[in-house]
Amino acid sequence: MAVGKSVERLDAVAKATGRARYTEDFTLSGMKHAVYVRSTIAHGIVTGINTEKAGALPGVRAIFTYEDVPDIRFSTAGHPYSDDPSHRDPYDRHLLTKHVRFEGDEIAIVVADSELIARKAAKLVEVTYDELAVLNTPENILAENAPQIHPEGNLTGEHEFSVGGDMSEAVKASAHLTESSYKTAMVQHCHLENQIAYGYMDDNDNIVVVSSTQIPHIARRIISEALSFPIGRIKVIKPYIGGGFGAKQDVVVEPMAAWLTLKMDGAPVQVNLTREESLSCSRTRHPFIGHAKGGADKDGTLRFLDLDAVSLTGAYASHGHAIAQAGGAKACTMYPRAVIRYHARTLYSNMPTAGAMRGYGTPQVVFFVENIIEELARKSGTDPLEFRLKNVGITGDINPLNNKPILTHGLKECLEKGRELIKWDEKQKLYKNKKSGNIRSGLGVACFSYASGTYPVLVEGASVRMVLNQDGSVHIQAGATEIGQGSDTVFAQMTSETTGISFEKVKVISTQDTDFSPFDTGAYASRQTYVGGQAVYKAAVELKEKILKYAELITGQTIDRIIIAGDKVVLKEKPEVTVITMRDLAVDAYYHKDRGGQITAEVSYKTRTNAPSFGCTFVDIDVDVKLCKVYIKEIYNIHDAGKIINPLLAEGQVHGGMSMSIGAALSEELLIDDKTGRVYNNNLLDYKLPTIMDMPDLKCAFVETDEPTASYGNKSLGEPPVISPAPALRNAVWDATGAKPDEIPMSPKYLFKVFKKSGII
Amino acid sequence: MITREISFILNGSEMCIDVDVRMSLLDVLRNEGFNSIKQGCGVGECGACTALVDGVPYDTCVYLAVWADGKEIRTVEGESRNGELSKVQRAYIDAGAVQCGYCTPGFIMTTTAFVEKHKGKDIDRELIRKEHAGNLCRCTGYEMIICAVESCMKDS
Ligand code: FES
Ligand code: FES
Repeated sequence: MAVGKSVERLDAVAKATGRARYTEDFTLSGMKHAVYVRSTIAHGIVTGINTEKAGALPGVRAIFTYEDVPDIRFSTAGHPYSDDPSHRDPYDRHLLTKHVRFEGDEIAIVVADSELIARKAAKLVEVTYDELAVLNTPENILAENAPQIHPEGNLTGEHEFSVGGDMSEAVKASAHLTESSYKTAMVQHCHLENQIAYGYMDDNDNIVVVSSTQIPHIARRIISEALSFPIGRIKVIKPYIGGGFGAKQDVVVEPMAAWLTLKMDGAPVQVNLTREESLSCSRTRHPFIGHAKGGADKDGTLRFLDLDAVSLTGAYASHGHAIAQAGGAKACTMYPRAVIRYHARTLYSNMPTAGAMRGYGTPQVVFFVENIIEELARKSGTDPLEFRLKNVGITGDINPLNNKPILTHGLKECLEKGRELIKWDEKQKLYKNKKSGNIRSGLGVACFSYASGTYPVLVEGASVRMVLNQDGSVHIQAGATEIGQGSDTVFAQMTSETTGISFEKVKVISTQDTDFSPFDTGAYASRQTYVGGQAVYKAAVELKEKILKYAELITGQTIDRIIIAGDKVVLKEKPEVTVITMRDLAVDAYYHKDRGGQITAEVSYKTRTNAPSFGCTFVDIDVDVKLCKVYIKEIYNIHDAGKIINPLLAEGQVHGGMSMSIGAALSEELLIDDKTGRVYNNNLLDYKLPTIMDMPDLKCAFVETDEPTASYGNKSLGEPPVISPAPALRNAVWDATGAKPDEIPMSPKYLFKVFKKSGII
Repeated sequence: MITREISFILNGSEMCIDVDVRMSLLDVLRNEGFNSIKQGCGVGECGACTALVDGVPYDTCVYLAVWADGKEIRTVEGESRNGELSKVQRAYIDAGAVQCGYCTPGFIMTTTAFVEKHKGKDIDRELIRKEHAGNLCRCTGYEMIICAVESCMKDS
């Protein structure tokens, strides 16, 4: 039995020995290198472009500008195609553009024999512009005479929903009312491997693209759309991936690599972004500006939450308004008994493009919710933890969005577990007299809810193929994508669990190749163990049955009396009796002249459920008031992710998410000049992602519910850890200092303002 | 293009090659097929390109190849022999410190130097943090990396 055990990840040795090959590690002789000519202004129209000097540089093979690219608008967002046009992402970009919409927009591209030559040449391309006003705040973006960032206008999307009852009645019934405005900054994924892809053609008809992508099958479709090239003649290969976190759920460089090889007569062409390009010219997290209101009864029962959010999507929509939509929806199951209204608008702006990033809008919305909840708790004189315990959902509560009961809701148990782990009650007493002076201590808590996939907004399908090899081992091809989160390993565990075949005998083919890999939409929405796991289960059942049936055929032992145990088929009642070894069975199936055949199982399955998952963060901090610095003394994330398939991998996911959220809460921010749209810090020195020095010890725990809609009782875990640490930290800073921060990051620069305003410095 | 012949010991074997004097050690090692040297930034910010030069971790992207002349270079490829992982590699795997793996070779080399330097000494988490501060990891939050280093020190 392999599920529930911390088995070693399948790719661990490959990665620890340096043998794992990533996109840049593959070379083809004759490879050309392409480098973008990027705009030096944030908004304007190109009036002239001179490529003469660049073209004269030895080694430059071609320069293409916006005049050369197909007149096709496409979207880079890695969503499955939607049969509902209202759910399609805005098709708002060309491969290259004359209308530049952010500093770094793609005007032209140089192809040369080496990357160095291409970069030199790109600098020699001379561009002149007619500058337009730079729009970076909701006020100037929506101003009546503002220039249009896109022909359709500056509003990318807007929606509103209201659930749980009548809002005006809920307001009337509330004894305590509170409201505040909040802001979250634009942050970036910082996957250690930058975006990279190369394209080549084996013949005149077929394009191959090798890419660091989370979504090989979707990338194939988008390349096909962007080039108007038949999808059946495009093949996308995904080798090992050096992290993605959502940025690679967008086809940032793949269509260009494909188009360039077409233009270069099939020669291999690589597009490899620099760190600076990856930070400000790929994708980021949408900054949110919002206003929240809340109301509670006299006895501290939450009556309503009323949220208004503006999300800035930057120069291109990418995932656009889907982020604000998903963020609002996924946050709804935390407090499912309250009236909830949510109104959101997404705006284009002249800043780096925002796309999918771990949590997909939920970290921003939950930051609003958990801030206003904190304010209500304090206003009603209730301990913030007690307030949450009283109001969070429980198993059996109705999910207000689909009116179905929530089958597993472990949030309350998570809060109780966290209370003990951090010693909440004890420390609360202890810290009562640590609220003055320079070093002040505080506690913070925040909850979250999330989903396991995108259903019913989008299709949720997964496909798996299993093959029994001659030695009795099994190969699995899953359409799901391993990007470091460990999906290959948990699929092998699930297969072993269900078939009985030993874990060591199960191999998952990590490389995706859309010519061979069965269809799956890829790694996003924390969907793979939940959605992919269901297809794995069904395929494993099918494989097991086929193996046992074949064992019956050749041994005469009836199928109801035998099972697979490791590398043998044995008697169910007397497992010490071997009926046939898996190897002998497989050899017979492959090579017997009159019976058998390769034993395979293949399943393509669409999931029509979506289990909400839950959790919370507890944090214990000191604040140095004079230095405006926050020191984390202890921090816990507690998760209800259903059954944990691999505890070690699960903890790894949680730690990674926590560190990203701590970064977003305390230091991370792409600094963009309001007037010019210039990005000041697109490098890893000035963009303050946490180093090992900045991270406290990270701790986590699980409340294991058993989700009945999942094949192995499991729910989402990849993204959830990134949601609640930031609001917990904000609440802790407020608790420690009595000064209320309403923005992240709570950098010393921002905290100085907050402390000054509240008079503590 | 000006070239110079340099010789150095790479993972225990002697190398003698002609290099373009402008090339970084990262470029030369990758060209020679040592792909564990990753490029995350190219300017000394991330540590994904870490190799040991005479036992000291360096960002090879900002280390000129010609400086390697006469030195002893170690990359993660040389740390496992005959299918046997080094203690540090094993510790990273067992602690769960490997996720996407892009930072892993660089981190393992930094830890290898750390373990050799502090062998037998009492070390704490703060020292581990300080001496791994040149390597970035976005996947793990560093917790399990620190655990891996601790477990190496316990065994040493
Ligand atoms: S690639 Fe050398 S430090 Fe980043
Ligand atoms: S494991 Fe991915 S960056 Fe460290």
